[in-house]
Amino acid sequence: MTRLVVEQPGTLALVEDLGRPGFARLGVAASGALDRGALALANRLVGNPDGAAALELLVGGFRARFEGEAWFAVTGAWGGISLDGRPIAPYSAARARDGSVLEVRVAERGIRYLLAVRGGLDVPAVLGSRSRDTLAGIGPEPVRSGDVLEVGPEPAASVPVVDVDVAFPPPAGAVTLSLRPGPRVDWFTDAARRALFETEWRLSEQADRIGARLVGPALERHRDGELESEATVPGSIQVAGGGQPTILLADRPVTGGYPVIAIVAPGSLDAVAQLRPGQAVRFRHA
Amino acid sequence: MSRRLLPSGDAALLVECDSLDEVLALHDALEAALRQAQGPEGIVELVPAARTILVAIDPAVIPLESAATWVRRIPAEAGSRTAGANAAPVTIPVAYDGDDLAATAALLAISTEALVARHVEAEWRVAFVGFAPGFGYLVSDDWPFEVPRLGAPRTRVPPGAVALAGAFGGVYPRPSPGGWRLIGRTSADLWNPEADPPALLAPGRRVRFEAVDAG
Repeated sequence: MTRLVVEQPGTLALVEDLGRPGFARLGVAASGALDRGALALANRLVGNPDGAAALELLVGGFRARFEGEAWFAVTGAWGGISLDGRPIAPYSAARARDGSVLEVRVAERGIRYLLAVRGGLDVPAVLGSRSRDTLAGIGPEPVRSGDVLEVGPEPAASVPVVDVDVAFPPPAGAVTLSLRPGPRVDWFTDAARRALFETEWRLSEQADRIGARLVGPALERHRDGELESEATVPGSIQVAGGGQPTILLADRPVTGGYPVIAIVAPGSLDAVAQLRPGQAVRFRHA
Repeated sequence: MSRRLLPSGDAALLVECDSLDEVLALHDALEAALRQAQGPEGIVELVPAARTILVAIDPAVIPLESAATWVRRIPAEAGSRTAGANAAPVTIPVAYDGDDLAATAALLAISTEALVARHVEAEWRVAFVGFAPGFGYLVSDDWPFEVPRLGAPRTRVPPGAVALAGAFGGVYPRPSPGGWRLIGRTSADLWNPEADPPALLAPGRRVRFEAVDAG
């Protein structure tokens, strides 16, 4: 059996797959890789099913040694990747030999790498998923130095031949996200609704798998009073009492007590996963 | 009763009701329809809360408009709740020796014995789950009390703590911070990811508490 021995996890290394939808009524969010497209791509590059468990590497600074041979691919964030000191093209499948050392350096574009290994990471599933939910504390513990991750059996599909020129890095400049109306858009003033779309927002330092807070003008309400907590969906932009919006993500609390002004369209959610603190964000109507 | 359908993205509707009572009735009606296969295909999940129910759908199977029509047409009268698969209540054994038991009884101007008796005699149901996996918010027509939250929440409430806050009862499934008043503790397993379902207290579940000796 092939194994991946983690020598250095970097900022935060989590096992993620496509999550565990269907347990919100029991208080559990779906969780799963924040950049779902990058997870699916990394898996396809090595012939895995889209939802095979992989590593989500925040920022980078990751090093691991293969025990046994394996195909692997790194997608999502864009930065220096090397195998035994030789550069590896991002967004492409590469073959590791027994004892090969993989290094994923600090990302230059985007912020979350997805590292898939052919066969998928074979860690115990909880509620049908191998995803780490950082808020609920469900699923595999964050990866630490010395952890040994078992790789599952090879899938039936072969490793596809892919032209590496199709790869493109996450954008460095302003990112435009599509929004749909939220359930509580009528709680906000006309000025706030305009400001949501006219402002160039910045991602704050307070951004993780639970939510991504944005810096910009306060979005004012025209009605007072408390909202009874209600269920949210991924991408819900909730506005706290101070008027600052937060995009709720995969590990969010299942219910929230702040009004949701808008919802990031599913097609734009992966881009949120790759935003870096300080990066500019604009919204448009979906 | 009135219900308003609010937008919640491409794969869900948020249904808003006037009262928790209406939420309970509508949730029972929707769930009963799904259980009896009278609902449309593609309804993924119902997530009730205090005034709302999120109806999550698979947009590849059912258009949002069709789901909205289904929700609008489901008959449900507040108070006329459908007894369903969860009709048999789960019984939770409680040692009534919580740190806040005496103070809570004093706040409500009743004896601790009376508080325990009312808690045991009430038939509860899980209105919704929130705060943490498996933390059910319990309501009862037999429970007239409003219990203020603690002024300063505890940094750690032990698992199995049986608690009160507002009009709700609850049991902490695992250690967490918390501002509810603790009246007892139970050995019942509230949250077990290996079990099916993993939460003992799922929405709609009937619940009774049973006093046991402190052990």
